[in-house]
Amino acid sequence: MFDYETLRVIWWALIGVLLIGFAIMDGFDFGVAALLRVLGKDDHERLVLLETIEPTWEGNQVWFILGGGAVFAAWPLLYAASFSGLYVAMFVLLVAFIIRPVGFNFREKVQDPRWKTVWDYCLIASGTIVMLVCGVAFGNLFLGLPFRYDGDLRMTWDGSFFQLFRPFALLSGLVSLSMLLAHGASWAAMKADVLIANRAAKVARIASLVYIVLFVAAGIWLAYGIPGFAISGPATTDAISNPLGKQVAIGASWFASYMKHPWFWAAPVLAFAGALGLQLFVGRRGFAGFFCSSLAVAGTILSAGFALFPFLLPSALDPTSSLTVWDASSSRGTLLLMLAVTIVFIPLILLYTSWVYRVMRGRVTLEHVRKSHGTY
Amino acid sequence: MIVDPDVVGLSRLQFALTALYHFLFVPLTLGLAFMLAIMESVYVMTRREVWKRMTQFWGVLFGINFAMGVATGVTMEFQFGTNWAYYSHYVGDIFGAPLAIEGMMAFFLESTLVGIFFFGWDRITPLKHMLATWFMALATSLSALWILIANAWMQNPVGAAFNAQTMRMEVTSFKEVFFNPVAQSKFVHTVSAGYTMGAMFVLSISAWYLLRGRNVDFAKRSMTVAASFGLAASLSVVVLGDESGYTVSENQKMKMAAIEAMWETEPAPASFTLVGLPDVKERTTHGAIRVPWIMGLIGTRSVDEPISGIAQLVDDAKGRIADGIKAYDAMLVLRENRNDAQAAAILAAHDKDMGYALLLKRFMDDPRKATPEDIQKAADSTIPNVPVLFWSFRVMVACGLYFIGLFAYAFWLASKRRLQGRRFLKVALWSLPLPWVAAELGWIVAEYGRQPWAIEGVLPTALGASSLTPGQVWISLGGFVLFYTALAVIDGYLMVKFARKGPDGLGLWPKRPDAIPAHAQTA
Repeated sequence: MFDYETLRVIWWALIGVLLIGFAIMDGFDFGVAALLRVLGKDDHERLVLLETIEPTWEGNQVWFILGGGAVFAAWPLLYAASFSGLYVAMFVLLVAFIIRPVGFNFREKVQDPRWKTVWDYCLIASGTIVMLVCGVAFGNLFLGLPFRYDGDLRMTWDGSFFQLFRPFALLSGLVSLSMLLAHGASWAAMKADVLIANRAAKVARIASLVYIVLFVAAGIWLAYGIPGFAISGPATTDAISNPLGKQVAIGASWFASYMKHPWFWAAPVLAFAGALGLQLFVGRRGFAGFFCSSLAVAGTILSAGFALFPFLLPSALDPTSSLTVWDASSSRGTLLLMLAVTIVFIPLILLYTSWVYRVMRGRVTLEHVRKSHGTY
Repeated sequence: MIVDPDVVGLSRLQFALTALYHFLFVPLTLGLAFMLAIMESVYVMTRREVWKRMTQFWGVLFGINFAMGVATGVTMEFQFGTNWAYYSHYVGDIFGAPLAIEGMMAFFLESTLVGIFFFGWDRITPLKHMLATWFMALATSLSALWILIANAWMQNPVGAAFNAQTMRMEVTSFKEVFFNPVAQSKFVHTVSAGYTMGAMFVLSISAWYLLRGRNVDFAKRSMTVAASFGLAASLSVVVLGDESGYTVSENQKMKMAAIEAMWETEPAPASFTLVGLPDVKERTTHGAIRVPWIMGLIGTRSVDEPISGIAQLVDDAKGRIADGIKAYDAMLVLRENRNDAQAAAILAAHDKDMGYALLLKRFMDDPRKATPEDIQKAADSTIPNVPVLFWSFRVMVACGLYFIGLFAYAFWLASKRRLQGRRFLKVALWSLPLPWVAAELGWIVAEYGRQPWAIEGVLPTALGASSLTPGQVWISLGGFVLFYTALAVIDGYLMVKFARKGPDGLGLWPKRPDAIPAHAQTA
């Protein structure tokens, strides 16, 4: 039933699910954190904003951890090549992730404005860095990265941290930043005290407009300015996982797969629909605004993933070394076992996560945080 | 190609520092989570306010520690990719699975419920809240189980075989990987160590309150929980640590011999060296005090099986390197022509030894060109750092035995309701750092003792590193050291601050005993 080819496509999709899960669930935490001092004018208002995310951010961050683990298990070549190649960028990202748990927990532990200010800026910086770096990394995939494999499948990388900041990559960093700022703001508009929520709704609309403009610009740039990668040699979809067995040509369009599978256009349509829905619904009662924002996030990631398919990590230095869905996976046995585990546990995760959100439902009011902040 | 030895050395240093640092917080989380669940259960059963307040107060300290554990754990999940890329490629097919399962099965549950623990007190019924705490505690230990399954595979790589076409190890049986005997003994040993640490933490801080005459009823109850939980945990950590020793002796003979500084094979049953001064140069142990028979009994569970000494194991390694070179040669042939039946047969016969040929890669590009001197050098490199292992192990065991004594005495005092003796309280207070000493040394014995292997007998550590420049690793290493030091200072400051504040200072418990509200009065 599950041949090697099917399993690889399933695992490509599952990594997409984890990435979207991470962007939607952890994305609003980053957005709220980055907007902490824009939306929150005084300490109580900031406390309200923090308390909208504090009970759940820890679980949300596991989407990131699990993403790392799942890529390791299902796409070990991708895990090894991307994280070691993007060494300094990964270090910056890790530092941003390390600051968050302590930032959330330690901020309220000392009642001194200077102490709180320091942690505020730590949280703002960490949220901003993660949103930017993830976007920049995605943009670099389309440009290709400087690595090659030798016969032992040892990878060498011939580029530096600063070479990652190419114009298209920066643009895609800004797409990610504006998208998740809008996402975070629409969360605050739904969960925070009405006073702050109104402010947040405005920010969400502006950020979302910026996002639409940048996303369109990135699409046009990708279509007309950036050569795509295509497998030109033997691409056996169920062959062994060794990237050196194929040939790759540069020069095709990154939109080639959209021409081949017209239903892929649903992804960018979803992104636009989400962003427009956000304009309409944010700041109103209910969760429609936040839901639309989540659709925009999912649509954006799907758009990028569909364009790249079947590439996972294109190499500009030695196109043959590029990692694709067909030659970078684990063995069939590992993919199968991990699929079984995923089928059992992802629904359970969604179940208890939604229970926790239900327990924590309702707006966090200024009156509430003036009374107490619990023992967190 | 040969990886820059500086990159290997710096990456090892970074891994050791970040892992040892992470391991300062994780065992405490393991132990405190269970103690919180126990305290909260007493609250739900008796509905006495004091037990709820105890759960909340120790929960504050748990929260500070948990944040540090999560912060430092992120590094670990990604460091295999950043610094050990060839390792990740070479064994990711097997090693990645338990890490991913840990995330899905355990860490997700634990992290999601931690929010309920802190913010759910007034939103759900006490019974539901208690269940959430229990699930959080169980998930914490389940997390440890999967991490240790991954780690155990590094010590005892079962259920996998080398594939010449993909140039990596691939899984042959997940059942063997998941039910690795090393994983089982390691799991119980490690979580028991965590429970012991949690118990000592509560015991010591409570002792401090009693010495100051603060929060007396609160502290005595906490101590009673700590004493009973700690006694069970410390007994388990030592007894199952011994089980762990037995499994080590079966598949990591060199580690066992190094721990014992056993340079030559002794006639069975071997004696146990209590103390002595291992001399690496002369390959002998000066001034050794030996206890006859004990080592043979621990290591082999018999009186007639010998335990191999270091000299003999080096000789064995030389043979395995020679066989490994044959496998390596066959692997190269197979890579060019996957249908070469003769090469396939040679590889199948010797693939268990191919890792030994890879030991030569530290010194040369092509192991097939090794001279007898090179082989001798590679075989000698299989000896880990004997004095460090010898002493780390002894101090760890001494700590373990001391914990049993201390908790047994505390348990006896608690059952006699005589916990107020000042000398005992002072000893309990000053014993606070010891579980950390024991846990860190335990990590050193297990992981430093695994060297020169990343995966025992399969992949040498030096080969597993990423192709980075020393400059890059200096940046991250320097960054982590600076950053982690700053966090350690802040963490220490907050822990001391909140322990000093105590339940009375936090408004969880009245400052004067006569102000205890009626519903919280103790029997």
